Amino acid sequence: MTTHLPILQVIIPLLAAPFCIFLRIPRLVGIFAILVSAAAFLVSCGLLQQVITAGTISYKLGGWPAPWGIEYRIDILNVYLLLLVSAMSTIVLVAAQTSIKKELPEDRHVFFYTSFLLCLTGLLGILATADAFNVFVFLEISALSTYTMIALGTDRRALTASYQYLIMGTIGATFIIIGVGLMYMMTGTLNMYDLAERLPEVNTSRTVLSAFGFFIVGVCLKLALFPLHLWLPNAYAFAPSIATAFLAATATKVAVYLLIRLVFSIFGIEFVVTVLPMQEIFMVLGLAGIFAASVSAIYQLNIKRLFAYSSVAQIGYMILGLAIGTKLGLVATLVHMFNHALMKAAVFLAIGGAVYRIHSAQLIHFAGLGRKMPLTMAAIVIGGLSLIGVPLTVGFVSKWYLVLALLENGWWPVAILVLMSSLLAVMYVWRTVEWIYFTPPRINIDDVTEAPLSQLIPIWILVLANIYFGLNTSLTVGLSKMAAESLYGIFGGVL
Amino acid sequence: MMMWPDQLPAFVPFFLAAALALVTRGRVRSVLMIGAVVLSGLHLWLLSSDITVSFRFLEYELTPYRVDKMSLLFGYVFHLAALMSVLFSLHVEDTTQHVSGLLYAGSAIGAVFAGDLLTLFVFWELLAVTSAFLVWAKRTERSYQAGMRYLIIQVLSGVILLGGIVIHLNTTGSIAFDFIGIDSLGGWLILIAFGFKAAFPLLHTWLTDAYPEATSTGTVFLSAFTTKTAIYTLARAYPGTELLIYVGATMACFPIFYAVIQNDLRRVLSYSLINQLGFMVCGIGIGTALAVNGAVAHAFVHIIYKSLLFMSMGAVLYMTGKIKATDIGGLYKTMPKTAILCIIGAASISAFPLFSGFVAKSLIMAAALKEGYEWIWLVLLLASAGVLKHAGIQIPYFAFFAHDSGIRTSEPPRNMLLAMTIAAFFCLAIGIYPAMLYRLLPFDVAYSPYDLTHVLAQTQLLFFAMLAFVWLNIQGVYPPEVRAVNVDAEWFYRKLFRRISASLFGWLWRTDTDFRKWALKKIDDITVYFAKIHSSTSGKASIIRPTGYMVIWVAILLAAYLWLLLSFPH
Repeated sequence: MTTHLPILQVIIPLLAAPFCIFLRIPRLVGIFAILVSAAAFLVSCGLLQQVITAGTISYKLGGWPAPWGIEYRIDILNVYLLLLVSAMSTIVLVAAQTSIKKELPEDRHVFFYTSFLLCLTGLLGILATADAFNVFVFLEISALSTYTMIALGTDRRALTASYQYLIMGTIGATFIIIGVGLMYMMTGTLNMYDLAERLPEVNTSRTVLSAFGFFIVGVCLKLALFPLHLWLPNAYAFAPSIATAFLAATATKVAVYLLIRLVFSIFGIEFVVTVLPMQEIFMVLGLAGIFAASVSAIYQLNIKRLFAYSSVAQIGYMILGLAIGTKLGLVATLVHMFNHALMKAAVFLAIGGAVYRIHSAQLIHFAGLGRKMPLTMAAIVIGGLSLIGVPLTVGFVSKWYLVLALLENGWWPVAILVLMSSLLAVMYVWRTVEWIYFTPPRINIDDVTEAPLSQLIPIWILVLANIYFGLNTSLTVGLSKMAAESLYGIFGGVL
Repeated sequence: MMMWPDQLPAFVPFFLAAALALVTRGRVRSVLMIGAVVLSGLHLWLLSSDITVSFRFLEYELTPYRVDKMSLLFGYVFHLAALMSVLFSLHVEDTTQHVSGLLYAGSAIGAVFAGDLLTLFVFWELLAVTSAFLVWAKRTERSYQAGMRYLIIQVLSGVILLGGIVIHLNTTGSIAFDFIGIDSLGGWLILIAFGFKAAFPLLHTWLTDAYPEATSTGTVFLSAFTTKTAIYTLARAYPGTELLIYVGATMACFPIFYAVIQNDLRRVLSYSLINQLGFMVCGIGIGTALAVNGAVAHAFVHIIYKSLLFMSMGAVLYMTGKIKATDIGGLYKTMPKTAILCIIGAASISAFPLFSGFVAKSLIMAAALKEGYEWIWLVLLLASAGVLKHAGIQIPYFAFFAHDSGIRTSEPPRNMLLAMTIAAFFCLAIGIYPAMLYRLLPFDVAYSPYDLTHVLAQTQLLFFAMLAFVWLNIQGVYPPEVRAVNVDAEWFYRKLFRRISASLFGWLWRTDTDFRKWALKKIDDITVYFAKIHSSTSGKASIIRPTGYMVIWVAILLAAYLWLLLSFPH
């Protein structure tokens, strides 16, 4: 049983998804989804334990050995993100039980859970597999189910947003499959680690170089790196709150994972920085993303859109960490992936809690909510503080490592820019605080009370996690360091 | 006593009390707040030895609580200040003020007991945020704006501090909060961050801007903590930095010229606060044991008499609703006790022998002479005369004597009087029996302030300054309230000083104002520009882009990447 954990990780939600359709009764399906997600979480915990004790796990699907069959390969980096994704999905699903009641018509609840589980399958699959074509398949599974989840949003603009995302996502996936195809053409293999061994022989060929170009653009589109981020704010703003919370916490992180795998495990960092001024490109795009998106966030009228822009900015920080090109920079990126998931899940779930009560995500309608829903609003504030990078929160740990890595590399002007960008975060967070606490209500909120307990509990678990992991960094920083060590060492070798 | 948790950090009782103050009201809350401060003070007083509490965070050894002689001295006086401020504001039924006041005092105490830079940074930012609420608590548009400007500058100081800390850590590998010095970029940044809070010249504007806008009770809190925390940090990290001598001397002088032309008495006090900080910064700059002792001793007594002065003005503002020199006067008839207490504070700040200011200031002056800074000594002496003028005379005279404004009021509430009496008691006690204070100082220095030359010099100075004042009084009456009647005195006062300072500082003023106007304009322009492009009806950045637009970007990027990649030499 325990030897099959890598495939169980993916197969459990995959099989559970169609089963939801048969269950039919929304309440049952909801609870079933939580159980499935919790099972996935337990599997990742088991995997973590195995990886820590026994090192990288290589699992051969159907017993076929690697270059011919599909291999699932779990090292520290994989398990770190598997843990993150499955934990987030479980927490979010708990809040979903009540939240979607107000945001989706009853007959769509089952579809929502089904696509949620499929999306989870896709994300976990991308993380678990070591097969480049398999990555594409799971990417499409997660993407298609995401389009569905967004389109389920009741706002009519959700359809446009979903459609735009569909076009952009498909272009991204196409580029990725073109990249995979070109690589296959030159090496005859699809296994990532096999690719890593064979690519050096042919890596000066134009085909491989083009493959790399397509792959990079495709992945950057998926992770919404500036200026390819334009699909994201609308998709996040009009999706049901639960979907937003889940996607913000996990989807972009998985895309960043893919980029890391591509750069470090498949092509190798030496190749990447010799053929392209990759550090400079990522630094410029990362910084541009941070500043452009943070400024845009300041002026948003829809609170979900506001924090969606902030997500784009946070992706900038992650890319900036990669741009540094040192071990410490990679640690900063990995830590921030985890921490940002905590912040954004907390903020978006809390927003979901408010939307549940006031049926609007307009900032102006949040006026005066500070008195009516103190706990829910406090969660937004603490999440916001974390986004700014205030000490005692996870945001501080992220910024700390990023700035440290920048300074270690002598990029102090960039470090100053990063610190300055925190001031922009102060502004957009302050704007929400001002509306929530210091502005008299604009709509009738007399009957508004705290979000239901089934939402408050997950929200506050996340808020407390924001503080806990801001104080105790042994899990996040520890695993990130191990992952960075292994990525900079021999491929797949674990410390 | 075995079970007494010695290692309980001193800020904890404050934060707990603040949390409780949030949910209690009335008498219970009063007892609770006073009790917390007193108990916490006792807890500190009974500590038997130096304490360090540390734990590991990231890779660093953090020391959130470090008790030694220096931090303990500030710990004591901060407790005293907290007690007076809380007592002084007891009659106010405003939860925001009580809670933020306690949090603010607690943060300052946390900051002085911080043994590492990261902890210091945390409390540094807490100080900023909690104190802003004291400014906002007046709940006027003006105070909101002032509070916002105040907060932005304070947070900026925090950001610079963090930058400095990271660079310092990167170069030295140590996060401990000890001597830093200005040999490195990190040291400079940290100094600038401290300088913001210590109101260095040109970085001082937040102080004179925000303090007079706070509530009558809030200013008492504000005057005690922020700047003195900065003095403490400077004394720890930059003793003996020669630059600070000149910065301090400038700080001691320039506010005199500004204070002269202020009508708002609390603004006068704010400027005089900067002048007093100048003495302390100067002492830190000289950096010998005697000078640093002088600086911290001055901080100690300064907190007490400055609170006393702000409290007396607060009482006036509270009872009459007015604080402009031209609006009040003659209040001694109805507020005799407040008047006497105010005069004690004024005598202390002017450093009359037997008052607390004298015993502290003389340490710094003696140190300046001893180290051969005669010019600095002279400048400080002049600044002392200036203090007498603007704080020692202007404040009590305009408020309680001068022309009779016709206002008939009564003594302030009992809690206010009590708080002021405590402060006045300490002003006199330390002045008469300085050994009480000297024993607490971080370095052992045998020094007696009451030697003949010093007493004589100071008394002479004071009497000449008083003479000038009396002469002015005989010539005409003291300026503001007779602006229209006595042109001579008016000219002497408002024009001559202006002319002198205009030639000296005019250029600086103009450049300063122009630069500020220009910068504000630019900031405005940028904000308006961004607001325009994000406006929901016509803004470029807020329209939902057609999909084609996004695809164009994809194409551009792909083309760029492929071009870069394929032009790679084979």
